Parts: sequence; structure tokens; C-alpha cells
Amino acid sequence: MDTILQLINTIVNTEPFRAILYIVGMIIFVALNAAYLVLMERKVAGHVQLRPGPTENGPFGILQPMADGLKLMTKQLLIPDGVDPILFRIAPVLVMIPAIMGFVTIPFSDSIAARNMDIGILVVFAFATINVMGLLLGAWGSRNKYAVISAARVVSQNIAFEIPMLVIVVTMIMISGSMNLHTIVSQQSGGFWNWNLLNFTASPLMPAAFLILFTCMLAETNRAPFDIVEGESELVAGPFIEYSSMGFGLFFMGEYANIVIGCSLTTILFLGGWGCPFGLFPGIHWFLIKLYLLIFTVIWIRWTFPRTTFYGLLNLSWKVLIPISFVNLLITSAMLKVF
Amino acid sequence: MSAFLERQTDETFVLNLGPQHPATHGVLRVKLLMDGEYILAAEPVLGYIHRMHEKMGENRTWIQYLPNTPRLDYLHALAYNQIYVNAVERAAGIEVPERAEYIRVITVELNRVSSHLVWFGAFVMDLGGFTPLLYAFDDREHILDLLEELTGSRLTYCYFRFGGVSCDIDDNFITGTKIFIKRMRERLKMYRALVTGNIILIKRIKDNGPISEEMCRKYGATGPVARGSNINFDVRKHEPYSVYPEFDFDVPVYSECDSMARYMVRMDEIEQSLRIIEQALEKLPDGPFLLPKAPKVVKPPKGDYYQAVEAARGSLGMRIVSDGTNNCYRLKWRSPTFSNLSLFGEACQGMLLPDALALMGSLDLVIPEIDR
Amino acid sequence: MIDYLKEIFYGLKSLFVGLGITIKYFFKPIVTVQYPHETLEMYPKYRGHIELTRNEETGQPKCIVCGMCQKACPSVCISLDGEKPEGAKGKVLTSFILDFTKCSLCGLCVEVCPADAIVFSKRYNLASRNRDEYIIDLLKRLEDKKR
Repeated sequence: MDTILQLINTIVNTEPFRAILYIVGMIIFVALNAAYLVLMERKVAGHVQLRPGPTENGPFGILQPMADGLKLMTKQLLIPDGVDPILFRIAPVLVMIPAIMGFVTIPFSDSIAARNMDIGILVVFAFATINVMGLLLGAWGSRNKYAVISAARVVSQNIAFEIPMLVIVVTMIMISGSMNLHTIVSQQSGGFWNWNLLNFTASPLMPAAFLILFTCMLAETNRAPFDIVEGESELVAGPFIEYSSMGFGLFFMGEYANIVIGCSLTTILFLGGWGCPFGLFPGIHWFLIKLYLLIFTVIWIRWTFPRTTFYGLLNLSWKVLIPISFVNLLITSAMLKVF
Repeated sequence: MSAFLERQTDETFVLNLGPQHPATHGVLRVKLLMDGEYILAAEPVLGYIHRMHEKMGENRTWIQYLPNTPRLDYLHALAYNQIYVNAVERAAGIEVPERAEYIRVITVELNRVSSHLVWFGAFVMDLGGFTPLLYAFDDREHILDLLEELTGSRLTYCYFRFGGVSCDIDDNFITGTKIFIKRMRERLKMYRALVTGNIILIKRIKDNGPISEEMCRKYGATGPVARGSNINFDVRKHEPYSVYPEFDFDVPVYSECDSMARYMVRMDEIEQSLRIIEQALEKLPDGPFLLPKAPKVVKPPKGDYYQAVEAARGSLGMRIVSDGTNNCYRLKWRSPTFSNLSLFGEACQGMLLPDALALMGSLDLVIPEIDR
Repeated sequence: MIDYLKEIFYGLKSLFVGLGITIKYFFKPIVTVQYPHETLEMYPKYRGHIELTRNEETGQPKCIVCGMCQKACPSVCISLDGEKPEGAKGKVLTSFILDFTKCSLCGLCVEVCPADAIVFSKRYNLASRNRDEYIIDLLKRLEDKKR
């Protein structure tokens, strides 16, 4: 699989073709993921709750996303009176485009990466933050006070959880010595004892750092148990209440695309990227296996726990996650100095 | 409405938790005066499902009113059957054979377990955890299957008759109930691990919605709402009826007065109901299940009668005024949820909206019972 | 400080316990019945709408047209009619209409009938777009069943 793609790469290595190939590939990957992750969520939810989930459309419900997509596209695109014309229309785009752009620097395997930048991590986080702005602009442009209240909450939630996430990422950069995602993964090659998750020579709190990054990733993408946005304002559906049909569809796809980016980052930083746990046959298949195991865990968590309150969420971030991540940073820098 | 209009200033707005709402479990409308995110005042508006059950009692004979009783609170329907049948039997002097009384207690307690299971699932679903709802409904299916095999209906049972019950229980039912009790005890352990011990849920309902003891007494709240606020009153122990004095069970009382206390009271009550069913199955006597000479036409003598029963939601009361004819003159239900809801207006002042919804969930409201 | 760390530790442990329970149920078989493809059989005492029974020897419905069911019904949904043929002792049933839009399945008519002529059927699959389909002609149903 890897060699075939390498062959294709060398044949079509002239710049325009390579870029176009990657653009088309990324968009197809994101679109397929966004569609089929919805199905995966419904099936996992069903089996956790002792029922089968969608089964009518195609065997095991394989064609269900097609039916959902068709339904969303044929609904009427309602634009309420008096909304801000530019902001209302641009907001879903602002949420979707950074999610796709975030895939630019993520290495799926040794040779499959759109661009191998030396500031890879920074690019991903730069794009991820635009997502929050998209939600806020959409809510403001909807001319609905409940949407503005929800969006204000989303912004404060996102800011509160960006801080521990970035502190952990800084810790990992310190350990690897470079921001290039390819280098970070290459340093974890070998068996699973080389993975950053079990890198106790750098810091004894590594598993805790993994948990903190995972939790922050859940909160950034507004997934349960932190889905105040979607569920808690039970009267009003959050910042995208005025959106219908494809506008809502784009927000939804953006959320699942963000989950995929978050899980890929966690795999790359902690779980060794495309490496095999026993060092035998590294390749893109291991990356995908680890990615989908993490996404399964995200869905599994959603259907097990109730929602936290808004103040509980902020308390968790400011009083628990930030102190522990700073302590981890100090310990790591001390141990790196010593060893 | 005028009270609300007086308190409105430039900083506040009125929010309508409308009749259609996923969290109110029925058609309840609550008008909320809010200051940003905080609730300043709340006023429930009732009457969206008023079906004139009390008036229907005046137009039907005593036997014809029986199918109306389970439709008031469909989740604990057999208690409503029991209170009506008990009241008329005491008034008319009809004796009930012992086996029938034991069968009544077994089925009422099974129904109480199923009602608490629905409350449990719906409460945790309001807080955002969707899975325990389906596990609770899986357990409830077993109860419903047992009762369907016995009576023929799954939800609104018209099973009791004046002088006993309408058909006897058989060995199938007894073995099925014993298997169910064993299974339910395992499931209660699972619920404790999955839900009660969960740190997110604990943070959500501990210290949420404090209802003090005097507030309970002021508004007449009964049932798990009062028992979670340190008031030790259970009609089955303090004003016993039927064969309850023969059973040995505890009444759970917690004194923290928050939603966690009300939650724990109901979970403990499930365990106590299972104990009662076990003891009743052991002591079940032989005999007729319906009085052999059950009267075809029931005419209680002239007078005013009252009966109280412990329903899943609180102390249920019924007042019958009879004038000696075939129809009753006046029928009045004392619905426990009505009194429980009336303290919501005062208890939710100053709370955030999601906390107020958690409080409403812990009160266990069934709106058709309020509006009758 | 110790309390803070203890709370974090026990809280985290409770989360993992919860996850363990859900994954255990993920691998168990499903308990639901896929309705149109599989159906359940109703219990013998199940209460569908009422129907008439037939006397095995004479082939006629057992109903003696006494009208007790009509008087006992709280919702006034039974209307029956009979006539007395020449030289016979009792009445013969000519029409028995059940207005199922009002019936509450209480069973008082079944219990009060002196001739055991009414029983509950097992029909639960009664969806329709037309209110007239719920005014059920029970005599006609009995004759259709004979054929």
C-alpha cells in the first residue's frame, strides 16, 4: 500500500499535480469521515444501549449517511429576516474550512503528508482557533439573543481549555526538540515502549498528560460530557439555532472533522503515529487503526456520562487541568536538564 | 401574570418554558422571570391536560368509574386503583379475602418499582446521560411482561374489583417475579456503579435545589420529596391500610434536603419494595381471589369518606361523598404532585436555569395527575 | 491538598468504572425486537378489542341480546340489536356495533356477560387513516371468520 502510493508520488511529483491530488484526497477523506462518523456514532450508541442502531438503509445501515445527506440537502434553506447578510452566510464556511485546512501538516505515514512544515503543530492550532470565531460570528449574525448567550459560553469554554492543551503541546515539543510532526513521530518509532505515552524518562506524569490532552480535545470540539452548546440550553439549541439544511449540515461536519484532527494530533503526539506497537510493519494502517480507536473512545465517552454544569466545566479547567499541566511542564524541564 | 409584570425592570425578561418541552415530562408551562441566566421568579401554569375526571365520577356508577382511575397517573396506576377500591369497600362494608389483599400488595409494589425506574431514566436523561434510560426501560419491560401476562394491559391496569382482584395469579407469575427480584438486585448494583458513583453526576446534583423542612411542611409536599428533607412520613407505616402491617420494611429518610437526597430516597425505595414483594410471596395464603358473593351493584351508604395511600410520588388521597344512590355525589382526588410542584416557585429563586431543570426532574412530576 | 488529590483520584476512578460497564453492555446481544421483521405473540389474556364467540353446536353467536354489556360500559360504545323469531324462546342477534374510538378496554362488558359471549381479541396492529374503520361491526367479523 505504501509503496504504491510512493510510486504515484514520484510519478506525479510536479508541484501542481501533487497539490491538487492532496486537496482532492483531503476533502474526500474529511467528507467521508464526517458522513460515516455519524453512522458510527449511532451504531455505537445503539449497541451500548442494547439496540441495533440504523439497520434499514442497506445492510448494517451503510447507506444511512446518504439518506441523511439527501434529506439535509433537500430541506429549505431558511434565512430569517434581519440577519446580518455577510456574517450569517460566512459562518458555516468559517467553521468548515479551517477543519479541512488543519490536515495540511498531519503525516499519515512516512511518505504521505501534504506539506512537511517545520512549524507543523503551530499551523494546526492556528487553524483550530478560527473555528471558535466562526461560531461566534454565526451566533451574532443570527440576531437571536439566546444564540449570543450560547456563543459567549462556547467562547469561554474554548479559551479555558486551550490553555492546558497548549501547555501539554509545549511540553511535547520540549521533549522532541522540534515542531515538525514528522520528526516527533520518527522519534517514537520502535515498539510501544518508545511511545511518548510511556516516556517516563521525560516525566513521570506522562499518562496524566495524555488524559489532560484528551479531555481538552473533548472540550474544544464541544463533545459530551462538555456539550453545553448542544444540549444544555435545552430550550434553545445553541449558537446555530437559526440555521437549517446545509448551513446546519456544515456545522455538524465541521464538528466531526475537528474530532478527527484532535484524535490525529493525540495519536501523533502520544501514541507513535504510524508506528506499529511491536516495531514490525509501520505504515498508514496503524495510524488509521489508532485514530479510529481514539474516535471510538470519544463516542463511547459521550454515551456513558451526563453533562457537566457550566461552572463545573470551568472549575475543572482552571482548578484541575491547568495546575497539573504546569506541574508537568516544570517536572519535564527539570528532568530534561538533568538527564 | 400581574405579579410578573410588576417585577419586570429593564434588566429582566420573561422566558416561557412552554407546554412542549423535553424536560418537563408532560404538558407543563412555567413562566420564568430571568435576569440574564438567573431565575428571579417562576410561575407554573396548569390546565393543559384537564380531562374532568372528577366530574366524570358524578356521571358514572361506582363500578363504571374503575377504568378512569389508572388514567390519572399512568406510571403507578395500580395505587390509584387501590385507593378507589379501598375507599368504596370501607364505605360499603365489603370484606376482601386475604389472598386478594396479598395479590394487591404484590402488584402495587411491582408497579412502584417500574414507576421509579421511569423516573430514574428520565432524570438522568435530563442531565445528559442517555444510556441509563434504556437500561432502566429494559428492566421495566420485565415487570410489564409479568403484569401483562396477569392482567392483559401494560400501562393502565384496570385489575382490582370491589371485593378482590379480577383474576388469580399462577405459578408462572410467582416464578417470574422471583427471577425478576434476583435480576433487579444485580442491576441496582450496576446502577450504583454507573450512575450514583459517577463524579459528574454527583457534582451536578449534590447541593442542588435545597428544599428545607419548613418549606415542605408549608406547601404540603409528601413522598420522596419530603423524605429527602428529613420528614419521616410514609402512609404505609403511619396510617396503615391493607396488609402492610404484616411486612417488615424500612422507610428511607435523608436529611441533606438536596437533589441527591431525593435521588437516594427513591433508589432505596426500590430495594424496600423488592423486600416487600419477597415477603408477600412467601406468606401468600390460599383462598378465593374475589369475594364469592361480590355485589353486582355497589351502593355505599350516605356519608363522607376519605382514604390515603402511598403512591410513588407521595401521599395520595381520595374523598368520596356518597348520597346512597348508584352514582357518587362528589369525588375529590388529592394529588401529591400538585403539592410537590407548588414549592417549585419558591425553591428555584436565584438558581441557574439548568439547575432549576435538575430540581424539577428530582421532584418527579407527572402532569396528568396535577390536571386530572 | 490531600483532599484535592483524593477527590481527583476517586473521581477519575469512578469515570473508568462507568466506562467499563458501558463497554461490557456494548458486547452483549441486543434485546429489542425488530418489529416489522419479527413479531411477538400476545399473551392469552391480552386485551385487544372485543369480539363475539360462537356456540359450537348451533353455529350461532352465543349472545342472548340481554343488553347487560351495553349498560355496563362506562363509555357507551356498544350498541346491539336483536329480534325474536317466530316460535323461538330467546332473541337472536341482528347487529352488534362497537365504537372503538371510545372504548377504554376496561373489560366490564366481558365480565358482566351472562352467556360468555364476548372475549378479548388479540388484534394490536390497528393503524388506519380513516376514523370509520374503528366503528367495528362485530357480527360481520364473526361471519367472516366462519368462512
